[in-house]
Amino acid sequence: MAIRSFFLFILFFSSSLSPVFSLYEDQVGLMDWHQQYIGKVKQAVFSSQRAGRKRVVVSTEENVIASLDLRHGEIFWRHLLGADDVIDGIDIGLGKYVITLSSGGSILRSWNLPDGQMVWESSLQGPKHSKSFLLVPTNLKFDKDNVLVVFSNGRLHAISCIDGEVLWKKDFEAESFEVQQVILPPGSDLIHVVGFAALSQFEMYQINAKNGELLKHESASFSSGFSGQVSLVSTETVVALDSTGSILLTISFQDGKISSQQTPISNLVEDSLGPAVIIPSSVSGIFAIKTDAVPIFIRVIGKGNLEVVEKTTHEIAVSDALSISEDQQAFALIQHASSEIHLTVKLAHDWDGNLLKESVKMDRQRGLVHKVFINNYIRTDRSYGFRVLIVMEDHSLLLLQQGEIVWSREDGLASIIDVTTSELPVERDGVSVAKVEHNLFEWLKGHMLKLKGTLMLASPEDMAAIQSMRLKSSEKSKMTRDHNGFRKLLIVLTRAGKLFALHTGDGRIVWSYLLRSLHKSEACQSPIGLNLYQWQVPHHHAMDENPSVLVVSRCGPSSDTSGVLSFVDTYTGKELSSLSLDHAVVQVIPLPYTDSTEQRLHLLIDADKHAHLYPKTSGALSIFKREFSNIYWYSVEDQNGIIKGHALKCKCTGEVADEFCFDTRDLWSVVFPSESEKTIATVTRKLNEVVHTQAKVVADQDVMYKYISRNLLFVATVAPKGSGEIGSVTPEESWLVAYLIDTVTGLILHRVTHHGSQGPVHAVFSENWVVYHYFNLRAHRYEMSVIEIYDQSRADNKDVWKLVLGKHNLTSPISLFSRPEVITKSQSYFFTHSLKAIAVTSTAKGITSKQLLLGTIGDQVLALDKRFLDPRRTVNPTQLEKEEGIIPLTESLPIIPQSYVTHALRVEGLRGIITVPAKLESTTLVFAHGVDLFFTQLAPSRTYDSLTEDFSYALLLITIVALVAAIFVTWRLSERKELQEKWR
Amino acid sequence: MEKGKGIMGSGRRWAVHFSDNSTAPSSRDIPDPPGFARASVDQDDSTVSRQKKDAESNWKSQKAWEVAQAPFKNLLMMGFMMWMAGNTVHLFSIGITFSALWQPISALQGVGKVFEPYKDNKVDLLGPKLLFIALNLGGLALGVWKLNTLGLLPTHASDWVSSLPPAQEVEYSGGGIPL
Repeated sequence: MAIRSFFLFILFFSSSLSPVFSLYEDQVGLMDWHQQYIGKVKQAVFSSQRAGRKRVVVSTEENVIASLDLRHGEIFWRHLLGADDVIDGIDIGLGKYVITLSSGGSILRSWNLPDGQMVWESSLQGPKHSKSFLLVPTNLKFDKDNVLVVFSNGRLHAISCIDGEVLWKKDFEAESFEVQQVILPPGSDLIHVVGFAALSQFEMYQINAKNGELLKHESASFSSGFSGQVSLVSTETVVALDSTGSILLTISFQDGKISSQQTPISNLVEDSLGPAVIIPSSVSGIFAIKTDAVPIFIRVIGKGNLEVVEKTTHEIAVSDALSISEDQQAFALIQHASSEIHLTVKLAHDWDGNLLKESVKMDRQRGLVHKVFINNYIRTDRSYGFRVLIVMEDHSLLLLQQGEIVWSREDGLASIIDVTTSELPVERDGVSVAKVEHNLFEWLKGHMLKLKGTLMLASPEDMAAIQSMRLKSSEKSKMTRDHNGFRKLLIVLTRAGKLFALHTGDGRIVWSYLLRSLHKSEACQSPIGLNLYQWQVPHHHAMDENPSVLVVSRCGPSSDTSGVLSFVDTYTGKELSSLSLDHAVVQVIPLPYTDSTEQRLHLLIDADKHAHLYPKTSGALSIFKREFSNIYWYSVEDQNGIIKGHALKCKCTGEVADEFCFDTRDLWSVVFPSESEKTIATVTRKLNEVVHTQAKVVADQDVMYKYISRNLLFVATVAPKGSGEIGSVTPEESWLVAYLIDTVTGLILHRVTHHGSQGPVHAVFSENWVVYHYFNLRAHRYEMSVIEIYDQSRADNKDVWKLVLGKHNLTSPISLFSRPEVITKSQSYFFTHSLKAIAVTSTAKGITSKQLLLGTIGDQVLALDKRFLDPRRTVNPTQLEKEEGIIPLTESLPIIPQSYVTHALRVEGLRGIITVPAKLESTTLVFAHGVDLFFTQLAPSRTYDSLTEDFSYALLLITIVALVAAIFVTWRLSERKELQEKWR
Repeated sequence: MEKGKGIMGSGRRWAVHFSDNSTAPSSRDIPDPPGFARASVDQDDSTVSRQKKDAESNWKSQKAWEVAQAPFKNLLMMGFMMWMAGNTVHLFSIGITFSALWQPISALQGVGKVFEPYKDNKVDLLGPKLLFIALNLGGLALGVWKLNTLGLLPTHASDWVSSLPPAQEVEYSGGGIPL
């Protein structure tokens, strides 16, 4: 026995230990890339620091505050505030603190400008919700302490700039008072707070900035009421619109006296039609209104006299005022002309004179200019130069200076809605291929370096050169398909309605396209992109066609507005066609059938539960007709807690005779009791997931048949009380119920209740298992559960001879209406992290073992072997089970630091993880997106089907050469010896 | 040897034939030397050779039985090796198992050759041959049994269904939460 155990011991060491998935330091960046973005800029403040590198501090719609290098547009530092911590205002105080006001004006923070460290944070409470304003006066001092003035939540605060201490506060408790502006006239110690009360009352408060004492309160009543915002034209004059939007009210409150003048817009502009809105700006003496999408600039002369200075027909954008000297204010104006934009910088009091007029060529795919921020600098000849930062319709950020685009940032990529992939063109003559090497010398040098590296003769500089050569390998960024399927295009749809194609090799943008169908138009007021689908994936037939994607969008936020479909070629980035639908799009169901040109059939469900078939071709219709009776659909009404199943009935009746429209009928419904359950998560298997086998072989050669169905839905419901934040309920009144529902028949296959548990639930469904993550209130810990489903009706297929001869019906098509007998196995484990996203690796054939990809709260992606979530784990597995690879049961799931897919990087604001199979079975491509983008390749069972990157070809070559030489030498030796033998 | 051949081939000067012509009286040119009685020697020789032949055939059959029993020792050793190799699949156990399978097969293939030296009209080789074959078959069975204990024989249902693709479903359903 001792000998035997000795042999086992040797074997234990000879077979490699459990694989480690970590990277070596020099492998970082070989297969992965990481891009940092900030999102659409809301507000930008230029740092007026004289010394050091010029920077601009921006706040964005993704709740990022960032400091950018003004010269190159790189990020110096960046902070992502929470999703519910929306930034209301930013400014720079004392030239070295960045002040941010966020969360509806209730959190004020100060950050150190050079390095982004937080200096202080104070929380500002108030009596009621209101608009919030952040003002940083330059000359207001209070005991040698610079003061910030913040109006938020119906309360005015003066806050020390040094430590965030509240110096004084003043409540504006009048029930109906709505603050519109907080004004700090320069050179005085007064603060003016103006606003509306009771819809028709104009209120003005004058407050002593030193102590918050109310000096004066005036009010005036306007019978016509107010609408929209007010525009500040001087420190003592505001312009407002009446409730009909046709009369301009010029209200001045000089010396605390309110006087006003009314000017109908029709007096100023002859052909004005609809109601006007005020475009917010802060240029003194001038304001802008917009009627019927026509912007009009109006100047205020003297006391309330108005004069139109310009009426443009182009789309325009205006910056805030920038004071360039004591009494001069400049502002930038951008107008669009076909393929150019015209930038003009004017002085506030001199409309006709231009300080600067430039034209910049602008890519059409960037759309309109949404925002302009102006900054000045002093040229060498002591004159003023101007640079402007512009935010485009596609959320990109550009810096213009001296008629050129100095840098641009594609910040639209910070808000990705949906992702799909597309293959690259097959390599053939004429297809552009990235040039391989510059010249022979470079090529030789590269190979010499590599040889040196292999022979360990390279100096550190050489090593660095080798590393950079590896990183910049042109092989991975070619524009053609590769043998292993690593090179693909990631097609992403952003919130701005722009499509980008990113190359998986290096993450560069191959093309981008601002969807025309997502432009504002008469018919489509506020279009929003919804989803991306693979429309045409040519492989067998139609090889010559380019693949295309379908973009589904909708004309408004509500679900009954009509939909728009766009088809975009993924090789060229051109829109092939676009369809304005006459029906809404509530659901899009990609069907598992393609027509003769490899276009996938899609079923679009409208608000009246009619199903519309696309593409509208007769070929598609005949395929659809063939499968007509086998197509079902279901809808999850999470508000009512009902899941309904539907079947197709007949052609649409009434209205128009449309062959591609079908009526549907209700088949079944699952109603969750509304007093005890509320749906919070549903998840299904991915449509394109490939499963290799239906059998699972367990320890003692036994077989379990997986219940694999595309039509399974996992639903998680919680107690209505427990649908709030974690910890808002006691364990006794909170529970979580998990269901597995067959979506064809409505049969509930499995139901399990987790008492004392709470959402949010993140779940992933693959093959025959679901893994879900939730919070256990009793244990005060997060938990992950796994449910595996097995088909019991197949379990008695165990006669070997029948299987050998193929006399079984395991692979014959089955109907879901034959009542399935399933058994489930489940297990729960504690897990340390809370999650933002969860996904599972997918491979080409589904043979490779799976890993769960967990997007942790720290914005990293953690890979966890599915073996850890195996319901057959026991505390003491038997020898056989150990051999099978079952890990002894532990209370919590291990977090192995080496298995962070994102290694040292963070994907800020992580929202989704997408896995795409490569052609190589062992490898899967992972794309994680949030504010940042991250892409890498994963091999869950290591690359068993190819040689690894660090395989030593040199050693192989040397071995072969040495062997050949040895054979030759020994042959000669033996020849000689034989000869001598013969002479003897 | 080659040298000799070469000379002989090129030019033969003389040759000595060692073939014994003594038994054929017709070719007897040279008279027998005096005192030499050929017949007596012949007679004597035949009895001696018969005895010798008997002994040899005895010896041959004995040897044949020995050879036939040889695989038994092999069997024992194989059994021991297999016990040492254990029941897990790895290089060592697979090597042993396959050698345990290969040896009997190659031995069975060369049954004729093994018993060639003992071939004799008088010796009955059927018995030893049968024993030899039986023992080798035993060895083969042992190897197969080992293969089975290692789980390398497709005797379980799991071996035949492990790569069966999942069954197609007739119905298809899609949908979800409204967009």
